[in-house]
Amino acid sequence: MTPLQIKQITLAMNGDEAIAYAVKQCDVDVVAAYPITPQTIIVEKFSEYVANGEAQTQYVCTESEHSAITACLAAGAAGARTFTASASAGLALMHEMLFVTSGARVPVVMAVANRALSAPLNIHGDHSDSMAERDSGWIQIYAENAQEAYDTIIQAFKIAEDIDISLPILIGVDGFTISHTLERVDTLPDDAVKEFVGERCFPMVLTHEGKTVPFRLDPANPLTMGPNALQNYYYEFKRQQTEGLNVAYKKIQEVNSEYAKLSGRCYGNGLIDTYQLDDAQIAIVVIGSTAGTLKAIVDKLRGQGIRAGILRIRTFRPFPVEDIKNALRNVKAVAVMDKCMSPGGFGAPVFTELRNALYDVSPRPIIVNYIFGLGGRDSSPPELCRIYDDLARIAKLGHAEKTVTYFGLRE
Amino acid sequence: MSKEKTWKDVSIAGVPSKSSIGFLTGDWKTYMPIHDSEKCIRCLVCAMLCPEGAIHFRPEHNRVEFNLNFCKGCGICANECPAKAIVMKMPEEEE
Repeated sequence: MTPLQIKQITLAMNGDEAIAYAVKQCDVDVVAAYPITPQTIIVEKFSEYVANGEAQTQYVCTESEHSAITACLAAGAAGARTFTASASAGLALMHEMLFVTSGARVPVVMAVANRALSAPLNIHGDHSDSMAERDSGWIQIYAENAQEAYDTIIQAFKIAEDIDISLPILIGVDGFTISHTLERVDTLPDDAVKEFVGERCFPMVLTHEGKTVPFRLDPANPLTMGPNALQNYYYEFKRQQTEGLNVAYKKIQEVNSEYAKLSGRCYGNGLIDTYQLDDAQIAIVVIGSTAGTLKAIVDKLRGQGIRAGILRIRTFRPFPVEDIKNALRNVKAVAVMDKCMSPGGFGAPVFTELRNALYDVSPRPIIVNYIFGLGGRDSSPPELCRIYDDLARIAKLGHAEKTVTYFGLRE
Repeated sequence: MSKEKTWKDVSIAGVPSKSSIGFLTGDWKTYMPIHDSEKCIRCLVCAMLCPEGAIHFRPEHNRVEFNLNFCKGCGICANECPAKAIVMKMPEEEE
């Protein structure tokens, strides 16, 4: 089917509703979740679908997020397609089991409505929660708006469940900015989504009985999951797990193209999404919804003859090193915007990693860090425009006076 | 013993291709059970309570045998033996 052959229906949904709608279309067997702002609408909406008989899903209302992810892990190990959602403290409570899920190679799909972590108590959007789970072995993709949130959930099952990947995936949406903001979302017909996602497949594995069987718990073909691996083998298993992310590096791009053929929508190459970057001299690198605001600013600056561009990192894990190096090769000054902090560190997570990736590039752009938007603090277009002003000055001077800036903070 | 596998050859998520029979847990122990066949009344309380199933009665020889490949040295058998026929000792003490 091509985009022209498929009749898409336009709905008014916020990001959370768009995610729930996508999950409903993906033929999910088990959803186990616990509500937390700003993720609540996802599970509320989805439980409505189940109650109305619109989704043939086992919905498990667990007593905590630790149990929610564990239920998904167990159901996924038994061969089910599973989904959960969380945010902030809820994601933090899952921490232990996030590592078990990726290490056990169970492809759980999770939406995270990104929110600040206590204390002080704050329910609003920033990236502190999922950045704190950076090294948990999950694939991480961040959407820019409700439409992309819908599209990415559909893609997520196909990526996570690929037999050479078989890893859990986290889809991040900015709390409130995306999760609660009503937007127009073009939706695919149920059967088109079902066909695109397909049935869950399994890698084959040799069991202690000498049989080669699908990698799932099945009483007819018993196998052991989660055994201990000590000094002589743990390292090998962790290295093999990392290879799943390397495969995902390619697969995310393939799924992005394949989805574009179906829907007419694509997000850069799936890993990074650039805007006016080809001839840019100054550029901002950012994750999430802020890229949308920046596009309007870049349009304005381009009208004034300023060669400004944007690189939105869509996939944070696996980190698209080569794509970022190529995209920023000819840029003179780069500002990396981080919606979270790494207290006591030299800049925040996206900055440190991106600057590291560009260390070997010659000539190397000047790279600075802007920490912003913590606890949901708004960044208006005129404020954001000042970052491009700073970059223009840095490019002209040939060096930066300050590497890490707390942007939008009362000094 | 077979050559240890590389990261490319190990099974996904550590699914074992051998049963636990090949994984000898007996070398975890500090103390080992020393059984006195003279004192033993063949009640087999030790065999029933052994968490590893490492104690077996051989009726053909009228003997109680301890499989030290799997005995973890917990000492439950010695503690529960009504005839005090089992004592736990360090291997070097025994030698």
